[in-house]
Amino acid sequence: MSFKVTDSLEAEVNELISHYPVKRAASLMVLHAIQAEHGWISQESVEWAAKKLELPPINLYEIVTFYPMLRQQPQGKYSIKVCRTLSCALGGAYELHKLFCTRLGLDAHAHGPQTTKDGKFTVEFVECLASCGTAPVMMVGEKFYEGVTHQKADEILSGCK
Amino acid sequence: MAQEYKLILKYADEPGYTPDIECYLRHGGYEGLKKALAIQPKDLADGKKLSGPEQIREDVKVSGLRGRGGAGFSCGLKWSFVDRRSGKPIYLICNADESEPGTFKDRQIIHKDPHQLIEGMIISCFANDVKLAYIYIRGEMPEGAKILNQALKEARAKNFLGKNILGTGYDLEMHVHRGAGAYICGEETGLIESLEGKRPYPRIKPPYFPAVLGLWMCPTIVNNVETLCNVKHIVEMGGAAFAKLGTPNNTGTRIVSLSGQVKRPGYYEIEVGKATLGELINDPKFGGGLRDGRKLKAIIPGGSSSKVLKAGEKFKLKKKDADGKEVIVETDMLDLPYDFDSLAQAGTMSGSSAIIVMDDSVDIVEALANLSEFYAHESCGQCTPCREGSLWMNKTLQRLTHGEGRKQDAEYLGKIADNIPGGRTICAFGEACSWPVQSFLAKFKDDFVAKGAADEERRAKEAGQPKSLAEAHH
Ligand SMILES: Cc1cc2nc3c(=O)[nH]c(=O)nc-3n(C[C@H](O)[C@H](O)[C@H](O)COP(=O)(O)O)c2cc1C
Ligand code: SF4
Ligand code: FES
Repeated sequence: MSFKVTDSLEAEVNELISHYPVKRAASLMVLHAIQAEHGWISQESVEWAAKKLELPPINLYEIVTFYPMLRQQPQGKYSIKVCRTLSCALGGAYELHKLFCTRLGLDAHAHGPQTTKDGKFTVEFVECLASCGTAPVMMVGEKFYEGVTHQKADEILSGCK
Repeated sequence: MAQEYKLILKYADEPGYTPDIECYLRHGGYEGLKKALAIQPKDLADGKKLSGPEQIREDVKVSGLRGRGGAGFSCGLKWSFVDRRSGKPIYLICNADESEPGTFKDRQIIHKDPHQLIEGMIISCFANDVKLAYIYIRGEMPEGAKILNQALKEARAKNFLGKNILGTGYDLEMHVHRGAGAYICGEETGLIESLEGKRPYPRIKPPYFPAVLGLWMCPTIVNNVETLCNVKHIVEMGGAAFAKLGTPNNTGTRIVSLSGQVKRPGYYEIEVGKATLGELINDPKFGGGLRDGRKLKAIIPGGSSSKVLKAGEKFKLKKKDADGKEVIVETDMLDLPYDFDSLAQAGTMSGSSAIIVMDDSVDIVEALANLSEFYAHESCGQCTPCREGSLWMNKTLQRLTHGEGRKQDAEYLGKIADNIPGGRTICAFGEACSWPVQSFLAKFKDDFVAKGAADEERRAKEAGQPKSLAEAHH
């Protein structure tokens, strides 16, 4: 899959760079923009961003490899993130995560993100999502769900076409 | 009787209240900014003149406002440390990373009343001669980032931001910067590194105090979302009136995030110190008590890093009696006024004002193992005691919760935890990851020892059995 820069991405990145007196500061936002459009951050895209930001690519790899939200592999079409931290755990987060894994044929005990073979879903545990009062909580892509019962979880899954 | 007191969340949950600027303006929005911009220079007795911005800074000192991000440091004092003579630009960053487990108050402000934050920020920037500011919002709040961007656009269109704000000659620009899922970006110097486009490795203090050597080595103010909102109210009502809210040295209101095993988890804004921990948990206006048939086991009172309180614990609190004389009062943990100083006296902290309640159905070892996994995942890895210590504490606790524990694990855990904090690490994460372990062990040691002992006993029994049987046991 080759990395193509759309006009809208180019424009967005130029706008982002203008927000900072030092180009390098735009790195994280530029990587977010790339990932939002392409789903992940490929080597080609890092090289393109590095040119835009006038940085050696290593400066971008340093951050791609540090931040949990930045991905160096393609992700499932639907990225399911279940909060696992204490308040959500008390509210049944582990059972919820297991439900997704069972439904999608994934291993509930595996570490890190797992993607289904058909590339449709990526499921992972994440740390506190700052909505502990409505535990358990989760995200699908950018959409946020609170107080997720098992019934609600199944509805969410069947809503993922 | 303890009451909610809605200052910051006055309108947020009103039916029909929307995050757009027109709604905000209909509710008196940006009047505080207009007032701030219009403050005339004041002549002092000694012939000096106090500019408008200087007067705001003084008033923030008078208000007694303490930071709402975790440390509870005086906001006025923090602002007074800003190096104003370096000739370098001064930056302001709003810390909207909200990532301390248990905390979900900034989310309410950002999602429901973004202009209140922006107004508070503009006033704070004006007061500190800031021309460029950022809102650093955690990556997992994409919706919040969109709402803030929209709000900034609206504020620009009305000339509350941009060049020559409302004809005063004051210029200010403000942008949203998103994190990407790392807790350490909430630590102010890690946040600054992250904003600069680097790994969020915290900087060592001294010399890198943000007020002197912050963003791009320029003087920088980092304040929490709620802190900055308060500045707007201080300007509107005056610092002295603000200081009357709450209790002495613990002024204003706080939005308490209440989660875990209570009937009514949620966020509740109170005057600081005017409700006790017990009221927050049990009063029908707040948490509404534990689930039926359950008894309280423990409370984490100020975000996951704060030291745990055990049900029934008693503390000796220093208080002033009616004649102003200092007296020592024995206080049950549930009767602790929810403020900065009382919780500090009880050996813990109100931190990010996030209370996590655990009832007697909770396995305390598992609860700590859950938190340890968080810290092991989130250590940035720069300092050996923190990187290795957080990992080993987690490994030991995972072993204890997966049937592989040992009797001496409790002692072992304590040793690791004791060797992380106390100036051995670059940032306060070192303390943050050891406090839960130290306090859980100090207060629930028997649970840890018993778990390890039971595992040992079981394994010894299995060793004595034929292999196939032992395996079948698993
Ligand atoms: C490990 C760690 C994580 C932190 N996370 C946050 C956070 O998510 N939000 C926040 O406002 N402050 C956080 N802080 C505190 C900040 O470093 C800083 O003190 C605060 O933003 C200052 O704002 P305030 O004075 O208005 O409270 C954290 C501190 C540490 C040590
Ligand atoms: S104490 Fe931990 S989180 Fe802080 S700088 Fe050191 S390794 Fe990183
Ligand atoms: S613990 Fe899950 S949102 Fe905070």
